[in-house]
Amino acid sequence: MTLEAVLLIAAALFSIGLYGALSQQVVVMVMMGLELMLNGVILAAGGLWWFLSPSPSGHLLLLVVVAAMTVDMAMGFAVAVLQHRTRGSDMTDSATELSQ
Amino acid sequence: MDVVGVSWVWAPAAVLLLMGVAAAGAAFSGALSAGATGQRPVAGLLAPAYEAARLMRQRRRVLLGADRPLWRGGGGTLLVAAVLMVGVVPLGNWTLADLGVGVVWVNAVDVLVWAAAWLLGWGANSAHALVGAHRYLAQALSYELPLMFALVAPAVAAGSLRVGDIVAAQSQLWFVVWMPASFALFCACVLAFSLWGPFSTGSGPDLAGGVLAELSGVDRLLVLAGRWALLAAGSAVAVALFLGGGAGPLLPAWAWSLLKTLLVMAALVVLARRLPLLRPDRLAEVGWLVGLPVALAQLLVVSLVVLGRS
Amino acid sequence: MSDLITGLVFWVLGVLAVVSGALVFRFDSMARATYALAVSFIAVGAALLLLQLDYVGLVTVLMMVMEMAVMAIYMIMFMGMNPALMPMSMVHSRRTALGISAGVFLVLAAGIVTVPWPQRRAAPAADLTASLGETIMGSKMLVMMGISPVLFATVVAAVVLAAPRTRYDRFGDDLRSAPSDPHHGGVGR
Repeated sequence: MTLEAVLLIAAALFSIGLYGALSQQVVVMVMMGLELMLNGVILAAGGLWWFLSPSPSGHLLLLVVVAAMTVDMAMGFAVAVLQHRTRGSDMTDSATELSQ
Repeated sequence: MDVVGVSWVWAPAAVLLLMGVAAAGAAFSGALSAGATGQRPVAGLLAPAYEAARLMRQRRRVLLGADRPLWRGGGGTLLVAAVLMVGVVPLGNWTLADLGVGVVWVNAVDVLVWAAAWLLGWGANSAHALVGAHRYLAQALSYELPLMFALVAPAVAAGSLRVGDIVAAQSQLWFVVWMPASFALFCACVLAFSLWGPFSTGSGPDLAGGVLAELSGVDRLLVLAGRWALLAAGSAVAVALFLGGGAGPLLPAWAWSLLKTLLVMAALVVLARRLPLLRPDRLAEVGWLVGLPVALAQLLVVSLVVLGRS
Repeated sequence: MSDLITGLVFWVLGVLAVVSGALVFRFDSMARATYALAVSFIAVGAALLLLQLDYVGLVTVLMMVMEMAVMAIYMIMFMGMNPALMPMSMVHSRRTALGISAGVFLVLAAGIVTVPWPQRRAAPAADLTASLGETIMGSKMLVMMGISPVLFATVVAAVVLAAPRTRYDRFGDDLRSAPSDPHHGGVGR
């Protein structure tokens, strides 16, 4: 197990998640892509922490990433529920009025 | 009394012991059932064994469109979760893996049961099973937070998340004496995460068996055994966290651990048979408006005691 | 554990995480996709345990399995159709997305392989979980104090957005009537 190996796996997870977040039409699937990207971020941060500078502050930073994930999911679900209730749709393509 | 880790070679022995305790619980329950219907209780002792033999010979049936990998994965996860949970619990002075974060481990493993219960209902491709799965998941949302804070109390009192340290911290006074609310909540949650007793609406008779409705043969045996194993593992955790682990006079430490686990399990079985089923939609309010504040108040008391002592 | 076994276990976990992560966007069944993501998270959590991040690894597993169990319900609730019965493409601009993500991976991988990584600067603490706790409650307390209002605001905002009924719907205009709920709760209200 080397730092390069950990980072490569993390980069692969991040890229797969990026593909999902860019290409999926369903809001919940987009969120799954985002989760996968954050999954890669956590792994990369863990690897950098252990192999470069295993200090308590870095450890804390990982907890912050985990907390960011919960916020992302909670707000994502809330917006998805709201969108589903107001227009019976769960597609990102139908939520474009902000771009006009 | 210090808890020492033993080699991984002992893992199969631990699994066998867990299954033995689970089987003892099933036999006890069988005896109670026989007694309740007017038969000799001894006749009921072997009922689980007969049922297991029958299920092993029964041919599995699967509905059209069932999602077999998820269904069987869910069924197997129950047993795996029980084994993983018991891995951090000391038997007397020996433990398989005295993790520094043993309490978090127990909590993470109990969450696996959420997923397993839902997969069991989803994979079967049957309406009854799916309703049961949703009931279990809704119920899990109600009991999880009280369970978390009930687990935190002994960890705060011992100043460690390591189960071995928590056992050692009870050498003067068992935690059940001064955190009874946490103990009671934890025992209720053991019943809940083993999908048993008042928390078994998801497999209740009003749903024709719910998540168990479509299970047959070895699949059914695995799930029923997994539920008993979870009850046994949960009782073992309760003994380590609240009842002093292997502490006791005369007998060796491992015997006390085992004896206490069996007693807790027997008490839970008797209790579960006497309590009515709890509807998940009602349990939500009970869990959040009664269970959670009680757990937090108990945690506050424990924290103040710890502060006062130091 | 020897380095060889640790390395082997890590690679197995890493490949498992990547493969199940890729399967998320290949499966037709929403339940399978969600639980593939859960498997990916469990594999990463286990890999974090190998990196001695016991607490963070277990919390990742705990949170994500919980979240995926709930997420599966959302997936099934929101998907008007069942893609397992009616295969259809639920993606847009697939080739662009593939191109971008492949490019990102190549850039990241090139950086990872070519950058001369420095040596480790400090030795890890003896009890990492305890040192994390002391940091949270000590010098870095402000971080967690900052996160807690964010989490609380998230709880409030998410409920406000998602709940279909306000307290006026429940308790009437003067907020004094008995609550009108489709089901009565368990504590006798």
